[in-house]
Amino acid sequence: MEKLVEVKNLKKWFWTSKGIFGKKEAVRAVDKVSFYIEKREVLGLVGESGCGKTTCGKTILRVLDPTAGSIFFKGQNITHLKRKELLKFRKRMMIIYQDPFGSLDPRMTIGSTIAEPMEIHKIIPRKEQEEKVIEIMGKVGLLSDQINRYPHEFSGGQRQRIGIARALATNPEFIVADECVSALDVSIQAQIINLLQDLQKEFGLTLLFVAHDLSVIKHICDRVAVMYLGKIVESAPKKELFDNPQHPYTKALLSAIPIPDPKLRRKGQILMGDVPSPVNPPSGCRFHTRCPYVKTRCKEVEPELKCFKNIHYIACHLFS
Amino acid sequence: MKELLKVKNLKTYFFTHEGTVKAVDEVSFSVNQGKTLGLVGESGCGKSVTALSIMRLIPNPPGKIVSGEIWFEGKNLLKLNEKEIRKIRGKKISMIFQEPMTSLDPVFTIGHEIVEAIQLHQGLNKDEAKKKAIEALKIVGIPDAEKRIDHYPHQLSGGMRQRVMIAMALSCNPTLLIADEPTTALDVTIQAQILRLINDLKDKFGASVMLITHNLGVIAEMCDYVAVMYAGHIVEYTNVDTLFYNPLHPYTRGLHKSMPRLDLEVERLDTIKGLVPNLLDLPSGCPFHPRCDFSFKRCVEEMPELIEVENSHLVRCHLVKRSK
Amino acid sequence: MERKIETKTQELIRRLKYNKSALFGLVIVIIIVMCALLANYIAPNDPNPSPPQLANKLKPGFWSEKGIEGAPLGTDSLGRCVLSRIIYGSRVSLSAGFVAVGIAMILGITFGVIAGYYGGWVDALIMRIVDIMFAFPALLLAIVIVAVIGQGLDKAMIAIGIVYTPQMARIIRSSVLYIKEMEYIEIQKAMGSSDGRVIFRHVLPNSIAPVIVYGTLMLASAILDCAALGFLGLGAQPPIPEWGAMLSKSYSYIISGAWWAATFPGIAILFSVLGLNLLGDGLRDILDPRLKT
Repeated sequence: MEKLVEVKNLKKWFWTSKGIFGKKEAVRAVDKVSFYIEKREVLGLVGESGCGKTTCGKTILRVLDPTAGSIFFKGQNITHLKRKELLKFRKRMMIIYQDPFGSLDPRMTIGSTIAEPMEIHKIIPRKEQEEKVIEIMGKVGLLSDQINRYPHEFSGGQRQRIGIARALATNPEFIVADECVSALDVSIQAQIINLLQDLQKEFGLTLLFVAHDLSVIKHICDRVAVMYLGKIVESAPKKELFDNPQHPYTKALLSAIPIPDPKLRRKGQILMGDVPSPVNPPSGCRFHTRCPYVKTRCKEVEPELKCFKNIHYIACHLFS
Repeated sequence: MKELLKVKNLKTYFFTHEGTVKAVDEVSFSVNQGKTLGLVGESGCGKSVTALSIMRLIPNPPGKIVSGEIWFEGKNLLKLNEKEIRKIRGKKISMIFQEPMTSLDPVFTIGHEIVEAIQLHQGLNKDEAKKKAIEALKIVGIPDAEKRIDHYPHQLSGGMRQRVMIAMALSCNPTLLIADEPTTALDVTIQAQILRLINDLKDKFGASVMLITHNLGVIAEMCDYVAVMYAGHIVEYTNVDTLFYNPLHPYTRGLHKSMPRLDLEVERLDTIKGLVPNLLDLPSGCPFHPRCDFSFKRCVEEMPELIEVENSHLVRCHLVKRSK
Repeated sequence: MERKIETKTQELIRRLKYNKSALFGLVIVIIIVMCALLANYIAPNDPNPSPPQLANKLKPGFWSEKGIEGAPLGTDSLGRCVLSRIIYGSRVSLSAGFVAVGIAMILGITFGVIAGYYGGWVDALIMRIVDIMFAFPALLLAIVIVAVIGQGLDKAMIAIGIVYTPQMARIIRSSVLYIKEMEYIEIQKAMGSSDGRVIFRHVLPNSIAPVIVYGTLMLASAILDCAALGFLGLGAQPPIPEWGAMLSKSYSYIISGAWWAATFPGIAILFSVLGLNLLGDGLRDILDPRLKT
């Protein structure tokens, strides 16, 4: 399979200073992350808050500028392209945000919101724009007579549909969906998940699906990468990862999810402690402060992401 | 079994310039001693307003408890005056909220807040109260409680803040703990910790819990009884096993099927069609009928009653028959 | 199932109805605006009759038997009808206020948006200049500017406009800083929008609301400052019927008993400033989401 997107040793650090004269500190949001997404594949990026999954998605799209490493789109290095040079890539990759309330301009009708990417990239003449907008609105389940309405007239689920319509406006190949169903009610979430799946099939989209909810990830993704404190700790095809999780963090994450079945109430161990701050990540393996199987080596040496069985990548000293 | 809290025909409305919002309409349920009741539903279904009504914390105007009775330890809370309710609120009934970030005052240390609450309700002096506060922080699993007590909220993580909230809520040994989406803002591994903490403490102190959530997984994990709410009404009310293995209301069934699950493999999720209704403009008859796959003429015309289908399994739907 | 949704304007009107003082301010402002627009029709006399009717100078108004017909508020030291001059003066004051605030808006929005949107050293530079300008009292700064560019009504407007620019720049900057962090601005980058497009299509329309509110409040101060410059002889030059200038030309006659020529222009200034302030405060209460219930 062709790799559509690939990142190598991607780093994104944010600099913060404590007080006016304080020393600058690096928040290592994404720290040397490498992975690829094949064409028409849905890759799930999962982890707890502050693990860098959202930053990672935004850096790939060059919404944020990477600190180091390289990003390839269809084999072309786009890491250092200028705004004008990037433009032709911009229309081939888009983003859908988590917050259906903050991601739409409150003063623009949804028609112009959806048309905006077409306008920027001048993909179709102005006259045909409205027709195309109505076509896309139909695809995401919005009614054509809503075209002149404003975002505040819509509910969360409908707004998310508008966001999806906007992302589809330029017929992109690659979409980063950043927690795009987490803010929605259960019954609405299912509608949006189904919509995304249908659209992915219909348009042959490649998706980077960023989420914290493993149940959603399991439902929608082909392959899953688990992040912890700016690092990928495990990645594998969905079936392999969920049937045969190896990294202690992945296991903990899976067992922490409450199953909607009273007979399956968990009795086992639950992960203690908090996620450490990415400003001063723990030495060695970043998970060692919470890991139930921690050894001396884990505190000293950082484990590499190694490949097992050709498909299963694990970064843990227990497997070497 | 002893009923600790009994809510009868509670109606809480909000009177806005756009119209009357019937946030909670004819809601009745009870919480038994030492048990956990779950209130589950989507945004705007009235679950939080129900909790605030019990605490008598409905902002007035625009909100008002129009009618109903809330019986707690032999008293109707709605008949108490402000002074009497304050003795119950925070002491007998405590509440923890979804957002631990905003429910703690950023200018006070966490100790200050707990000590104050203890002093207020138990009449202890400051040193005794502080000792008690440290003890409470230890119980909720905060490491270095002696040191942490002098920290400010921003120095703590989200999970720690929620622990502090729980410590505060439990510092006066309440008999009822109302938890409004206590883990929604937290990561799953932290959620697991907090849920377990609530359960352990409930057993330790013999308190009852009313847990409000939108997450059926959390319900399955925590609750003994469940009330499913939709558009201000309870549509199904039963014990947790029945709710998961024999749900009868189409909405409850729809919720079950529309959830992606870790333990099951489905190709495509079943959805509940349409949108969560606007409380200002509720459909006629059964409020769920526009989204229901089984609705018929009667559903459009007439609001179904909450009827007992079998022993303590109540459903509000025209499709079910009352048990004889 | 569709619900009627209130537009912003409808909401504004509804909220205005409940805000009595803002409503009062609005009424005053409407009266002044009507005076300015219809001065030709409602003023009983020519504000600058030529030749001057010196025989009628300093005649009292309707309250006295010595008053002359057709000048209900009396006449000034050159025999001109005070009421007519006040009515025509509303034109001068309002337009001076509007021009000054307009200048402040254009400059302030430009600098404020640039500072807020680009940040970094551009922001630091602009905001330090703003800080320096803030160090001077507004009127003093206006006098200095008039001293440099010369006196006259037009120059006074420019001076006041410049003096108010920093305040406007600060308001718009803070608003831009907030809007800039919204996701609908961030996605512009993902879509490949140019800075110009982002600023004019998204940032500006969303950060303009506070400018409207503070513009109204500023209008009141601008009218007052313009009158002050006129009073000092640095603003409107005779024979323009400007309230401040009228006041300064007539106050010396108060001692000789002709109080009306100075008092009524003063009252006109007072009411217009009061009206605009009440309206501006009301608008702020209405539009500020933090105070919404």
